[in-house]
Amino acid sequence: MSDHELRVSKIRNGTVIDHVEGGQALNVLAILGIDGSEGLGVSVGMNVPSDRLGRKDLVKVEGRELSQSEVDVLSLIAPEATINIIREFEVVEKNRVTRPDRVVGVLSCPNRNCITNADEPVDTRFEVVADGVRCDYCATVLRSELATHIDV
Amino acid sequence: MRQDHLITATQLSRGDIEGVLDRARKAAADPSAYAGRHAGTVLALCFFEPSTRTRMSFDAAAKRLGIDTIDMGDVGSSSVSKGESLADTVRVIEGYADAIVLRHPSEGAATLAAEFVDVPVINAGDGAGQHPSQTLLDLHTIRENHGLDDLTVGIMGDLKYGRTVHSLATALTNFDARQHFISPQSLRLPRSVRFDLHETGAQVREHDELAAVLPELDVLYVTRIQKERFPDENEYHRVAGEYQIDADTLADAAADLTVMHPLPRVDEIAPDVDDTDHARYFEQAHNGIPVRMALLDTLLGDGADDGPTTETETDHE
Repeated sequence: MSDHELRVSKIRNGTVIDHVEGGQALNVLAILGIDGSEGLGVSVGMNVPSDRLGRKDLVKVEGRELSQSEVDVLSLIAPEATINIIREFEVVEKNRVTRPDRVVGVLSCPNRNCITNADEPVDTRFEVVADGVRCDYCATVLRSELATHIDV
Repeated sequence: MRQDHLITATQLSRGDIEGVLDRARKAAADPSAYAGRHAGTVLALCFFEPSTRTRMSFDAAAKRLGIDTIDMGDVGSSSVSKGESLADTVRVIEGYADAIVLRHPSEGAATLAAEFVDVPVINAGDGAGQHPSQTLLDLHTIRENHGLDDLTVGIMGDLKYGRTVHSLATALTNFDARQHFISPQSLRLPRSVRFDLHETGAQVREHDELAAVLPELDVLYVTRIQKERFPDENEYHRVAGEYQIDADTLADAAADLTVMHPLPRVDEIAPDVDDTDHARYFEQAHNGIPVRMALLDTLLGDGADDGPTTETETDHE
């Protein structure tokens, strides 16, 4: 039995997001728009020892299978994450996250003078570039500070 | 031009720029060939920020093409002051006009507007973002004085918030132009513009002082450093004073140096420069007419033609 299974129990059906960089688990939930109000069972492991990452976080969402497009946006904060789809306690699918071309409606633009921060009927939209994301509207580039602008 | 709108300089290829500037050259040489060319069309001037030159220049250029203009007026007296969104405002105005010229205090406003309407949108300045029609007239001025290749350009002043600088620096990457950026540390180019310059492989050469590069410049583009960019007025006066030029400053410049400024100037170019052969800023402002005529003609035309046949062109044939 591995370390993280000692800390967080197995789920019957749902999604396990593993190999999340230590400290990013709550941002993962924020990006996925999971705040507990949906009634889903959610378990979070933080700073669990990991051979690959040293320390890692993991998130288990009971009763919901996340689609590839939903999880791809996680690549921005957790590029090493693996997504396990669980049915009847078995892993039926295991995927890595891939970088999307654009991120829509997930981040707020850090430029307070960007038109997306005015009261306009648009979602924020960022192009994914080499080392961050870039606002489609005002061209502001966001790099390491990206997690602090998650807006869901 | 491949696009229906003019939103940022990054969308402009060398071919796009030269297409508009060729047409501007014809419009300047023979304005009568363009008179009435777009009679029956209506241009909406939507300025959410004060403007004198840009608004009047678009208005005059439109009228020389036979275009009627409608002006939103001051923001204070419009529905915007009642809290209407920009998206709603432009969707309403789209029904009144064949094209929209938009100036707005928020970065990205023209991009947003273009997503909501089918008529061409011209960005006439979006906050500290872009001002691409100014860039076209800047490039026209440079081209007519020096050509656009094998060029050394110094851009000085407020590089962080100066939207004319952002558009010009990006557009110049289409040409064989070396760019030097001269500013105080606190007003260096923003990350978004550096990103575009690096993407094209352009080198960003930054300097604290003009003297270091002045002798090698073909063009010196001066912009205003605004008081409100500094927390303290003394600091503003200290810094701004270092980026002002007068006729003495230009003693070390090449004889054919062209000095430009998007105007209005306050005290960054002393009046004694006006009397030198270097001064081109009034010519630059006047170029707003043929260049904006060419731009409107391009965006409102059928895209297939390259303007009317002018007498100048016929002479060459």
